[in-house]
Amino acid sequence: MLTLVPSFTMNANDDQHQSDAHHEEATHHENNEHDHEALPHSEEEGYNDGVNSKEEVAEYIQHHLGDTHDFIFFSDEAAGHHYGFPLPIILVDNGLKVFMSSEFHHGDKVVKKGDTHYRLYHGKIYKTDAEGTIQYDEHHHPTNAKPLDLSITKNVFSILVISIIMLLLFRSLAKGYKNGPIPTGFARVLEPLVIFVRDEIARPNIGEKKYRKFMGFLLTVFFFIWITNLLGLTPLGINVTGNIAVTICLALFTFIIVQFSGNKDYWKHIFWMPGVPVPMKIVLAPIEVLGMFTKPFSLLIRLFANITAGHTVVMGILAVIYIGKETLGTGGSIGVSLFLTLFINVIELLVAFLQAYIFTMLSSLFIGMAVEEHDHH
Amino acid sequence: MTTIPGLVGAGLIVIGAGLGLGKIGGSAMDAIARQPEAANKIQTAMIIIGALLEGLAFGALILGK
Repeated sequence: MLTLVPSFTMNANDDQHQSDAHHEEATHHENNEHDHEALPHSEEEGYNDGVNSKEEVAEYIQHHLGDTHDFIFFSDEAAGHHYGFPLPIILVDNGLKVFMSSEFHHGDKVVKKGDTHYRLYHGKIYKTDAEGTIQYDEHHHPTNAKPLDLSITKNVFSILVISIIMLLLFRSLAKGYKNGPIPTGFARVLEPLVIFVRDEIARPNIGEKKYRKFMGFLLTVFFFIWITNLLGLTPLGINVTGNIAVTICLALFTFIIVQFSGNKDYWKHIFWMPGVPVPMKIVLAPIEVLGMFTKPFSLLIRLFANITAGHTVVMGILAVIYIGKETLGTGGSIGVSLFLTLFINVIELLVAFLQAYIFTMLSSLFIGMAVEEHDHH
Repeated sequence: MTTIPGLVGAGLIVIGAGLGLGKIGGSAMDAIARQPEAANKIQTAMIIIGALLEGLAFGALILGK
């Protein structure tokens, strides 16, 4: 994962030093209800003061960039209330176990399903004993076993919502053409965008004859990335395209489509480059094979890193409200922070479109290279 | 990345990427000034090369973490 901010907080280090102490404490409080001391929790210290130190800001940003098992819009740290809704957890571990994430109480409680205890710790589910003890290795990584987690996490939920939005939008656009060639309503916004993808991205890069076959993929990818990026800029806290698993998946689609639509010339140019001497052909083959993989790799890294960097910067500047409180005063820090956040957010608005455009553009470029018909000299 | 060599490396990556982007942007501006009618094609090519460069820079930042 990209670490633009120091990822291990002071609290996490404290946990490491005090894990033995916490362990003792945990067994000590065995009979109590699961209170805060029973579970070593990294948000505990300074829990009542809100976000104050740089370490807490770093942790908060890390938490936003990661995936979670519940959808929280905002939290009242002082009262310990989280406003949002839980999401279903699906574990495959000696059979299917389905329950709502609210049973974890945001990591405060250990959940017992069957014979196994589960605990939510830093957004991941671990198998623990009845007290919820987490063992650490020397790098402060938990060593507890993890069940196979197929949960509907925040990202999965967001993807499903975005899919439904896209389905509704584009079904209405498609239906509109049954009544006549002129779209009505919101379809008037969508039609120019579809035509933009067709005329500016697909046609020039793939070629007049073959572009139609790939339009479905290109349009889906374009609008998925764009809508996801735009929703990521809202205060909902969605970070789908800033998740490397999502971008890997998107780039994998491009990779598979390129390999399966590649014609004879494409493969010939990879393994036996025409028009160069034989020793050169042998040297070029491994480079071209490597190129097959680096193209989708650069696609996935670009999207992931851009969105992650954008979210980190926006949240980092927002944190100026808390960090600069003493030096700038409350009004000053809010003013500086909001001005800079607005500035960055407008740039991010451009980046959201640009990344969707670039991803689609490069995908169609790679597809175009694979299906291109060469003139044989 | 929080170690000093890591930070220096990140700085070097950003300097390199900045020089590259500046060169691309500058050349594109020159080209558009010479042939304003080809501005669309030049812009597309500029964005593609910029994106490739950006991918490289981000890749270096992540791998060098």
